[in-house]
Amino acid sequence: MASEHIVVNCTINDENTTFLANERDSLLEALRDRIGLTGAKEGCNNGNCGACCVNMDGRIVNSCLVMAAECEGSDIRTVEGLASGDQLSPLQNAFLEQAALQCGICTPGFLVAAEALLEQNPDPSEHEIRYWLAGNLCRCTGYDKIIKAVQQAAGQSVV
Amino acid sequence: MVTAQSQPQSKETEQYDVIGTRPIRHDGVDKVTGAAQYGADITLPGMLAGRVLRSPHAHARIVSIDTSKAEALEGVLAVITNADFPRASDEVIDTGEGTAQLNWVLDNVIASDKVLYKGHAIAAVAATDHHIAEDAIELIEVEYEVLTPVLDVRDAMVDGSPLLHDSLHTGEMDGSKSDNASNTASHLQFTKGDLDAGFADADVVIEREFETSMAHQGYIEPHNGTAYYRADGTLDIWTSTQGAFVVRDSVAPLLQLSPSQVKVTPMEIGGGFGGKIPVYLEPLAALLSQKTGRPVKLTMNREEVLLATGPTSGTYMRVRMGAKRDGTITAADVHLAFEAGAYPGSPVGAGAMCALAPYDIPNQRIDGYDVVVNKPKTAAYRAPGAPQSEFATESVLNELAEELGLDPLEMRLQNACEEGAQRADGFTYGVIGNVECLQAAQDSPHWQSELQGPNRGRGIAQGFWFNIGFESSAYAQVNGDGTVPLVLGSTDIGGTRASIAMQLAETLGISAEDVHPHVVDTNSVGYTQVTGGSRTTFAGGWAAYETAMDIRRQMEERAAQIWECDASDVTYGDDAIIRGPADEDGNDQQFTFKELAAQLVTSGGHIVGRADVNKTSSGPAFATHIVDVEVDPDTGKVDVLRYTAVQDAGTAIHPAYVEGQMQGGVAQGVGMALNEEYYYDDSGDLKNASLLDYRMPTALDLPMIEPIIVEVPNPGHPYGVRGVGEVPIIPPAPAVRAAIANAIGVHMNELPMSPRAILDATVLGGD
Repeated sequence: MASEHIVVNCTINDENTTFLANERDSLLEALRDRIGLTGAKEGCNNGNCGACCVNMDGRIVNSCLVMAAECEGSDIRTVEGLASGDQLSPLQNAFLEQAALQCGICTPGFLVAAEALLEQNPDPSEHEIRYWLAGNLCRCTGYDKIIKAVQQAAGQSVV
Repeated sequence: MVTAQSQPQSKETEQYDVIGTRPIRHDGVDKVTGAAQYGADITLPGMLAGRVLRSPHAHARIVSIDTSKAEALEGVLAVITNADFPRASDEVIDTGEGTAQLNWVLDNVIASDKVLYKGHAIAAVAATDHHIAEDAIELIEVEYEVLTPVLDVRDAMVDGSPLLHDSLHTGEMDGSKSDNASNTASHLQFTKGDLDAGFADADVVIEREFETSMAHQGYIEPHNGTAYYRADGTLDIWTSTQGAFVVRDSVAPLLQLSPSQVKVTPMEIGGGFGGKIPVYLEPLAALLSQKTGRPVKLTMNREEVLLATGPTSGTYMRVRMGAKRDGTITAADVHLAFEAGAYPGSPVGAGAMCALAPYDIPNQRIDGYDVVVNKPKTAAYRAPGAPQSEFATESVLNELAEELGLDPLEMRLQNACEEGAQRADGFTYGVIGNVECLQAAQDSPHWQSELQGPNRGRGIAQGFWFNIGFESSAYAQVNGDGTVPLVLGSTDIGGTRASIAMQLAETLGISAEDVHPHVVDTNSVGYTQVTGGSRTTFAGGWAAYETAMDIRRQMEERAAQIWECDASDVTYGDDAIIRGPADEDGNDQQFTFKELAAQLVTSGGHIVGRADVNKTSSGPAFATHIVDVEVDPDTGKVDVLRYTAVQDAGTAIHPAYVEGQMQGGVAQGVGMALNEEYYYDDSGDLKNASLLDYRMPTALDLPMIEPIIVEVPNPGHPYGVRGVGEVPIIPPAPAVRAAIANAIGVHMNELPMSPRAILDATVLGGD
């Protein structure tokens, strides 16, 4: 029953990273337990809540559904990589200004997912935002203020 | 800090500088950068990972547990069962939003002789790695004698039903107990007037039966608990909890430690809604740490959260209500049977007190039954008990209005409680905003609009929740630059650092940005009750107000000392100017807050203000919700088209977070109305223990939720606060039910009103 360990080389938030993963580790477990990046959260561990959402090679993935060993050579971006130094991204600022978080546990996943939306579709409609974010569960806000924060970050007027 | 866009302020809050504005929350940056440390984020040197073995059966006697193979696995350092805990007495302890017998608290944490629900903890292991811990629990061998499960609240109440607890007898309000053991833990009754006479006066009487499913709070962060027991007998616990002191006062007696040996650090919390008040993992982590001498972290996965933490009660309810032709309600008879889960303690008492609370009905009887069944022990969930009982009563009221051809909003106005009205439980209202909410709803663009289209309907419902006060503690120091760190004991579950800090800032006359709120461990602040009951902004804010008044008094004294005058001649004004008598040359003497702050160190030292409050008063909250839905007749799916939530906040301290509470409460209420249910098979196996199958609303399932904040200040609070978190979960289910009836002419009598239930009631004909 002993597990093998695997050396994984990848880029995380623009930094070359080498870590030792248990062969059974998901990317989420590797990020949190092996590398110490705890911004991605475990909400369900089976891809239903989006709290562990990270960007892997330009694609949004639930990191609980990716094996750490799959990440060899990958370019991974997490919530910790959204700000530049002490400068928050426009989306992070919008989340604060719109009060788009209450407990904040789902926020990292929403931010990573919404950043990817705005890269692909800089001027999304309300429906497009809701559709894109339907894989991220929030239990506190009822989503209103999250949608409005994304609209604000897209430069849309927010009522 | 930055201040978000300013919003028009209501008349009530124009008198304030800070209250009613929308500053960026103090913990905001940490929460958008991933820096905030939630319970599962902690790592300690030498930390072990734990895992819990859980029962596959809903009801079984434990014949034997063999842990030897698990103990022999390399990397496993300890395995514990209930037998490793000190024997727990039947003393009753405070569990945050209720009380419980200590032995039942222990048995729920880890089963003793019987397992009482699927997922009931049996054993726990600590290992050097969580994968090893996962393997180890598979090696524990348990022999069960499987018993017949009791899964329906009505079946459980029948004489001859299998019993969960041989020692449980039905308690009555007069303190008497039933002779025979029963699954009914208690019965309560509130009465008012003459019920028979009331029904005799009625022109129309409607009686309906309702069933609602257990539903889970659905916080996105699973439970966690990390403990480190040291050789000197001190125990540190880090956990996501709504009440650090409740954790301390639960774990200490379970391990037979003094509360002074236990320090609990509340980590950032990823949602709770009442569900993160009881202890689950903390006592197990503590005992595993005691056995190994190393820190131990336990976390639940989502299946464990759904199986084995505390959802809200499923119910069977019956309501009979009578009214005159003009709409006057003459009598109401309410029967509530609530599933407590495996141990007594459903929220039926609160449900009973809330059931008819918005209305001045002269003749009432409300019966409530707290009933154990083979399902997880229920916990508080946002306005515990009220979404169920008010679903039943609001639904019958809506049907009465329909039967009488009356406007349901007008009929509510006609019967609405106002100041001086008395509930059946004896409580008499002070200043309340019940009527004001209904009027604001009546004036709203939504109610004034016309709804068109096939299969569309509109519904309305009212909600009531008490709100509570109780103990909160705070202290704050004035720094030389005029900034003020504020120390709090209340877990910040959704912006209360900001709402409490704003009340300190308002009282001192400084900006919200100059106050720096911190939530600390149980050794570093005075006793503070749970973040729950909609009490935190109310009682925490009151403690902050008293703390600020303490600082004002001390600053007056300090200025008097500097000016060499009598403290009684110095006044700290609401503009944060400290004014003294004219000096010997006749010049006015005054300090701004910051000027005096800068002189504190050289004039005698820092100033620390502190306060402990224990408020038994509260500011009741009312809400009126309007919803438009469209029902797909082919699939039974209900789409929410438009939603308006009106609520009396007393005073909205931070309106953005008041709106957020209202919108979030609506989302949970809509989930409870349309989709969320605990789906058990006949063996007591929960068939939908994942977030795919336990279907909570997504962003795509909801429209924008329009909040209308009504402000009828609570005269029992320095700033008029009532508390806002809980009441908005109550009206959605009955409002949605009314909208569905309006759309397709069918009254649904169960929750959730899922596509399956709606098809059963329509095209499939009900049988």
